[in-house]
Amino acid sequence: MVTAAPGHQRLAFAVMLIVLIVAPFVVYPVFLMKALCFALFACAFNLLIGYVGLLSFGHAAFLGGAGYASAHAAKVWGLPPEVAIVVGTLVAALLGAVIGALTIRSRGIYFANITLAFAQMVYFFALQAKFTGGEDGIQAVPRGVLLGLLDLRRPYVIYFTVLAIFVFGFLIVHRAIHSPFGQVLKAIRENEPRAVSLGYRAEHYKLIAFVLSATLSGLAGATKALVFQLASLTDVHWTMSGEVVLMTLLGGLGTVFGPVVGAFILIGLENYLAQLGAWLTVVQGAIFVVCVLTFRRGVVGELGRWLGKPL
Amino acid sequence: MTTQALFGQLLIGLINGAFYALLSLGLSVIFGLLNIINFAHGALYMMGAFVAYFLLQWAGLGYWWALLAAPLVVGLVGIGLERAMLRWLYQLDHLYGLLLTFGLALVIEGLFRNQFGSSGLPYGIPPQLVGTYNLGFMFLPVYRAWVVVFSLVVCLATWFVIERTRLGAYLRAATENPTLVQAFGINVPRMITLTYGFGVALAALAGVLAAPIYQVNPLMGANMIIVVFAVVVIGGMGSIMGSIVTGFALGIVEGFTKVFYPEASNTVIFVIMALVLLVRPAGLFGRTA
Repeated sequence: MVTAAPGHQRLAFAVMLIVLIVAPFVVYPVFLMKALCFALFACAFNLLIGYVGLLSFGHAAFLGGAGYASAHAAKVWGLPPEVAIVVGTLVAALLGAVIGALTIRSRGIYFANITLAFAQMVYFFALQAKFTGGEDGIQAVPRGVLLGLLDLRRPYVIYFTVLAIFVFGFLIVHRAIHSPFGQVLKAIRENEPRAVSLGYRAEHYKLIAFVLSATLSGLAGATKALVFQLASLTDVHWTMSGEVVLMTLLGGLGTVFGPVVGAFILIGLENYLAQLGAWLTVVQGAIFVVCVLTFRRGVVGELGRWLGKPL
Repeated sequence: MTTQALFGQLLIGLINGAFYALLSLGLSVIFGLLNIINFAHGALYMMGAFVAYFLLQWAGLGYWWALLAAPLVVGLVGIGLERAMLRWLYQLDHLYGLLLTFGLALVIEGLFRNQFGSSGLPYGIPPQLVGTYNLGFMFLPVYRAWVVVFSLVVCLATWFVIERTRLGAYLRAATENPTLVQAFGINVPRMITLTYGFGVALAALAGVLAAPIYQVNPLMGANMIIVVFAVVVIGGMGSIMGSIVTGFALGIVEGFTKVFYPEASNTVIFVIMALVLLVRPAGLFGRTA
């Protein structure tokens, strides 16, 4: 059974697309590109927590790992941007396959804890390996010319490239959720023993979802590295893993548009509160606490409930 | 390689192991009864060190008072957090507990960083524990010996109370089946509150012990907690003896790695964790779920 997206979700998607096409002419494009990269990251993360019920606390490894790989490919190997992004994404997929194979049998808090530890391993690797540049990161990554045609140094060209990548990733997540594969994932989330008794290899499905989530996180990280011409330790640190949890939670766990909304709110906050230094951490923490205690459906989840239609 | 360097690293490993053991013990006790991974543990450890610092700066009370007062103060803070926030989450998915305490850790660490910056504040070794023992093959600073011995005593005392006394029996019973224990007339919610308070008091105690060694730094807990999580996973979550033994053992392993292959000293614990998970998914001392 293949389920199509309900009409109101198509409408919401159209609205989102129009807003994102008009936005760079109104709002600072670099801010929008940052938010789009994180929105894709959060959507990829949401695939796991929202539809499989697994909380990964180590997704920074995929974002940051892919960032380093694509930055290295573009700067040192001199590869064109499309190839560099593919290299970064593949590295994240590989990392996801290895970490996923080792962690997927655990669940709940154990899973969160173990993914966190593996991500920390990746962090220390990035801190010490030669090619990552340690504390400096990989700086001045060339953006290059996409497919030999589109010069990514021009602001609108790179904005619409990033938007295209985001929409591509968003639609993949959407496709996965609304496919028979997605139905099996939901069945596993709701009642794993029953799904197993019906003949589905639950671990197999969960691993595929994990690798898919890691790959798309990698796509976000690889793109981000080219946009900001920088791959740094910030993106592999465990606070980044926490940040993506916060974005998804704030927007709404298991909603289609929640991660996007959450990413835009949080990146916006970071933008405006940047001069406040450590207060930003306090505000983020407070949002976490308030969300968990009183606002567990998130912005989009509450909106969907109010409209009576899941968004 | 000199034996001096070898034993020096071994000692540093033992010291780190003592902190790992105290922190993972607290995490285990909390996890056993509340089923919550207390992400705020590192922040409360840091608070313990800061309470010691405040006592000295504002009240002129030294190390020994801090050793007594910091666990009490931070334990009370923990009890407040449990009563005000954590207890609303028990009937929900356990992941929300992790997320809430993560948020609390961000708030606490952010507030301290705001006030005191990211560089360490000095905290002196108490006069009674200054100096070194000459063991012939190495010099052993008295304070470091004290940290190892004292934390070992605290760990074993905790183990004794939980595994060998009537109070501990109630605690273990409530871990197995809280509803039934409550039906026998034991006030389980109060026990949960006190357990959380006790767990974070252990973290604060570790913070006071760490203050003269690592200085008092708002980020000291953030750096520590992730390693301690790995220690807890290796030992098996919820196992009391498991967290004590693995805590010390992994500290020593880390120390040796610094001598023989320094590049891997930060990652060795995580590598061990991966290997242990492949062979025993429930950890070395954990029961299979």
